[in-house]
Amino acid sequence: MAKAAAKKSAVAVPPAERRPALAGQELSATGVTLAVLPPAERISLRAPDASVAALSKALGVTLPRKPKTSAAKAGRTALWLGPDEWLVIDEVGKDPLADCAEVTALHSAVGISHRNVGISVTGPAAAATINSGCPQDLSLDVFPVGAASRTILGKVEIVLLRTASDAFRVECWRSFSDYVFTFLSEAARDAAA
Amino acid sequence: MIAAFRIPGAGRLKQAETTRFSFDGRSYAGVEGDTLASALLANGVHLVGRSFKYHRPRGFLSAGAEEPNALVEIKRDAARKTPNVRATVQELYDGLTAQSQNRWPSLAFDVSAVGDIASPLLSAGFYYKTFMWPKSAWKNLYEPKIRAAAGLGVAPDQPDPDHYAARFAHCDVLVLGGGAAGIAAALAAAETGVRVILADEQADFGGSLHFESGAKVDGQDGFAWAQGAVATLKAMDNVRVLSRTTAFGYYAQNFVGLVERVSDHLPNPDRELPRERLWQVRARRVVLATGAIERHMVFADNDRPGIMLASAARTYLNHYGVAVGRNVGVYTANDSAYAAAIDLKKAGVGVAAIVDLRDNPTGPVIDEARALGIEVNFGRAVIRAGGKLRVSSMTVQPKNGGGERTIPVDAILMSAGWTPSVHLFSQSRGKVVFNDETKRFVPGIYAQDCVSVGACNGTDGLSATIDEAYAAGAKAAKDAGANTVKGTKPKVDASESWSRGMLGAAPGAGPDTTVKAFVDFQNDVTAKDIRQAVHEGMRSIEHVKRFTTNGMATDQGKTSNMHGLAIAAETLGKPIPQVGLTTFRAPYTPVTFGSIVGHARGKLFDPTRKTAIHPWAEAQGAVFEDVGQWKRAWYFPKPGEDMHAAVDRECVTVRKTAGLFDASTLGKIEVVGPDAAKFMELLYTNPWEKLEPGRCRYGIMLREDGFIYDDGVVGRLAPDRFHVTTTTGGAPRVMNHMEDYLQTEFPHLNVWLTSITEQWAVIAVQGPKSREIIAPLVEGIDMSDEALPHMSVREGRICGVPARLFRMSFTGERGFEVNVPADYGEAVWEALWAEGQKHGACAYGTEAMHVLRAEKGYIIVGQDTDGTVTPGDAGLDWAVGKKKTDFVGIRGMARPDLVAKGRKQLVGLKTKDPKVVLEEGAQIVGDPKQAIPMTMIGHVTSSYWSENCGRSIALALVAGGRDRMGETLYVPMPNGTIEVEVTGMVFFDEKGERLNG
Repeated sequence: MAKAAAKKSAVAVPPAERRPALAGQELSATGVTLAVLPPAERISLRAPDASVAALSKALGVTLPRKPKTSAAKAGRTALWLGPDEWLVIDEVGKDPLADCAEVTALHSAVGISHRNVGISVTGPAAAATINSGCPQDLSLDVFPVGAASRTILGKVEIVLLRTASDAFRVECWRSFSDYVFTFLSEAARDAAA
Repeated sequence: MIAAFRIPGAGRLKQAETTRFSFDGRSYAGVEGDTLASALLANGVHLVGRSFKYHRPRGFLSAGAEEPNALVEIKRDAARKTPNVRATVQELYDGLTAQSQNRWPSLAFDVSAVGDIASPLLSAGFYYKTFMWPKSAWKNLYEPKIRAAAGLGVAPDQPDPDHYAARFAHCDVLVLGGGAAGIAAALAAAETGVRVILADEQADFGGSLHFESGAKVDGQDGFAWAQGAVATLKAMDNVRVLSRTTAFGYYAQNFVGLVERVSDHLPNPDRELPRERLWQVRARRVVLATGAIERHMVFADNDRPGIMLASAARTYLNHYGVAVGRNVGVYTANDSAYAAAIDLKKAGVGVAAIVDLRDNPTGPVIDEARALGIEVNFGRAVIRAGGKLRVSSMTVQPKNGGGERTIPVDAILMSAGWTPSVHLFSQSRGKVVFNDETKRFVPGIYAQDCVSVGACNGTDGLSATIDEAYAAGAKAAKDAGANTVKGTKPKVDASESWSRGMLGAAPGAGPDTTVKAFVDFQNDVTAKDIRQAVHEGMRSIEHVKRFTTNGMATDQGKTSNMHGLAIAAETLGKPIPQVGLTTFRAPYTPVTFGSIVGHARGKLFDPTRKTAIHPWAEAQGAVFEDVGQWKRAWYFPKPGEDMHAAVDRECVTVRKTAGLFDASTLGKIEVVGPDAAKFMELLYTNPWEKLEPGRCRYGIMLREDGFIYDDGVVGRLAPDRFHVTTTTGGAPRVMNHMEDYLQTEFPHLNVWLTSITEQWAVIAVQGPKSREIIAPLVEGIDMSDEALPHMSVREGRICGVPARLFRMSFTGERGFEVNVPADYGEAVWEALWAEGQKHGACAYGTEAMHVLRAEKGYIIVGQDTDGTVTPGDAGLDWAVGKKKTDFVGIRGMARPDLVAKGRKQLVGLKTKDPKVVLEEGAQIVGDPKQAIPMTMIGHVTSSYWSENCGRSIALALVAGGRDRMGETLYVPMPNGTIEVEVTGMVFFDEKGERLNG
């Protein structure tokens, strides 16, 4: 009986629908636009120095070694989060977890594609919007394009990446995305001041 | 129509632009640019408030932020009522409605003013002495009557409808104060190209240039120069200019809090605008250009409306075009009041006399006053003011005694000298030093990267101020990284200069007198009170301050501190520096709660975390409970069901067929690396090295002290990969605990931790039919008992998406936990729900989950444990690896107390009456007849009605509990004592057969 049930499981079932958090939400205010970004592939990558070269090769992007920086190539961005920690985001549907699986050098790669939600903040008032709840200096000199940091927004943790002089990607955990989007929406009201 | 005391052509306001407002129900006209104070004065209104303690009539003392008296309520609508607004800084807008405070029934006739007559009973230390006894008076007299009589405005009683913005900012040079010094410093810094923020609390920049008619800079009137310079600064990309912005707090590492008042000055503010904006600025260098505040003279009845600071009268005239009287007297101990007298005289206001305490002062202002025909008296004191609701005279006497002469006046302008505003400097932890020659405290030792310039630094004269400030601004920019200085220093063509003055009580208010010569207007502290404090044994200025409340009002003693200190020093017979200065604390001026709260209200007060399955549960009518920040489905009532009925049904259905439960909030950590098992061995009591990949184990984590910290099921996915689960509430702290040990105690281990709580949605399917429900949706996993026994884990696909399928149970039934990537969670739940419906399964919530696990005696960390429970106490010795030589808590567990007999142990309790459900937290005693207080031997930790058992069940921590099996114990409750029997912890399916059933 048990075996029968087990065998029955081989029957194909229609794949479950993906329902991302806050899918498609957008907000426009004077000087700033918010948009929830489409799903992306993500891993949390941990590795000692000695493994960085091999992992960079496998991922096709050179893992940055300098604090508060990122590196991007072909739709894949590696954000430095700590001396042995990177957040790798792939926006073109290629799985970085699979790429790392090939690497024998010491490392930990954990899939977190669904853990995070990405929100884009763009426009001349983007930095001011984020600075409503983030204490980082977001001037271009100090936080140039490509700069990345694990930081806070209001009461929650975010990862912040500057994608252009007036554009940022805010990454947060799924269940915090409503708070983050609401916070940014509130902040956007005042950002042009 | 021009108001009675507005002088045509005087001041800088456009007098044709009329603005209507009301005060205490009466309608007045002001002009655009007025403050409420200047507009009331233009209408001849001086009486605006009653004092805190004695309810004495009060008028305007100042024209600025230091105002202690003129506190009013500004009301826009029912919800927008702001108490304690200083009328001297409230900008007038059309339709402004203001009301006086702390008076009843009216401002002119206040019955509580008997406090003034009864004042000998209300002396210094009144509050401390009076409220000691009798106890009953607290309820009947002190709280309802005295608290009501003392005090300021009334707090608003409706939710604040406004919103408040917040902004973090960084700059190279932050200039605080926008008078001549601040502007010069900002110009010098800005011209180098570094990032500059210039902030000033007033609507217009210029500081004392508002009233200094003698200042000329770059060929212009000083105030006009200031406006031009600020316009230049505003036009620069690297400069942010903030007006109406008060720097209220100076914190560590050049972190300064500022509040910008965005819309309180507007007649009909756009509600999209925030009311205020909080700026939290981190600056490389700070330039303090906070100026100085004039002091009043301390003489008898110096608080009568119409008596004010000389600089205030001058501001009202030179900026607002308002005469503060028609026949003013002047009482001074320094030169600055002469300038006020001269300006007023020139504007056509009568100046009855200047009374100068100094013996033979000389200087151009004195000559000019005489040349204008003003009577000047040296070596004389004003010993008393006449009048009640408005000053009517000043009585003059030679300062060493002699004949009195009473001069009729309708205002008295006074100046005892200027106190440098070192508030922010002191808040920065800088140390002030006393300059004995000029009798003032000035910045001495700096604690942060800041510099003081101008009047707040004790620098006198506009020329010296601009020299100092410009150089300091340039240096601050250079220190912050600038390399080019290319600007030109503003050139001072003419300036005013004065210094010195006096501290303490003036003649006629000396130690031998009992007159009311006010030191602190807002808290009604007189010179006599300060002396009394010293006589009653206060030696430290900090004690004098608290005993008298001098300087403790909302104005923080801006005008009173130095006088109070001088009187205390004189009474103590010590020099001022030996008595010391009280500490300056933030905020510099009152800050609204709204600005501090900012966005953190309503939905943004705290994050509300919802699982991927939440929308489904909501649509099903689930009732939710808060678990930390999470919303969890508590139970799923069907129409007509109460909580009890719903939970009973859910519990029965799970054991009869199956139930679906959203377990997504459980903490999840992926532990990865070649040393993962070694790390797990160290963090948990259980052995892990030999756990095969694909199998699970229930793990217990201890703190160093040997007590249970967390628990959860751990699956080994691969030799170097564990999927760890934690309690919902424990997830963040368990992650921190693990990371802390990894980084500090076990850094040699090659292992990393990643939170995957939110990566996976978790659907528990529990009950006899659970396999039948899941199996049709599973691909690539053999679900037979042989291939997937209890406590195992497989990776495969469910509903076509990647899944981690755990066979585990928190109900005692055959059970599974389906982990799928979170975005698929709801769709997979729906698919499982559809399958479940075929078998009559239900959705169950956290309450049923709690009951089901209690029926099986499974503990909940934090409910059945409280941080003092060992694995042994909880009956979990089996989960401690007997052969293990090390793990966190192993030594703690061996402490004598933790192995002693008679410890509280977790046991089951059955009430003798099966219908009675115990209260969680209820205490347990051995003998209900013993005397009160009884010896309590334990307490109930979990208690429920169990429909499956047909009776109530409970878990309890009881001293020596496992040796008491079958014993009868007692739970004394308000409505009688409940008899209970001590049992084992498992109430249902004791043999555990249903796990495979």
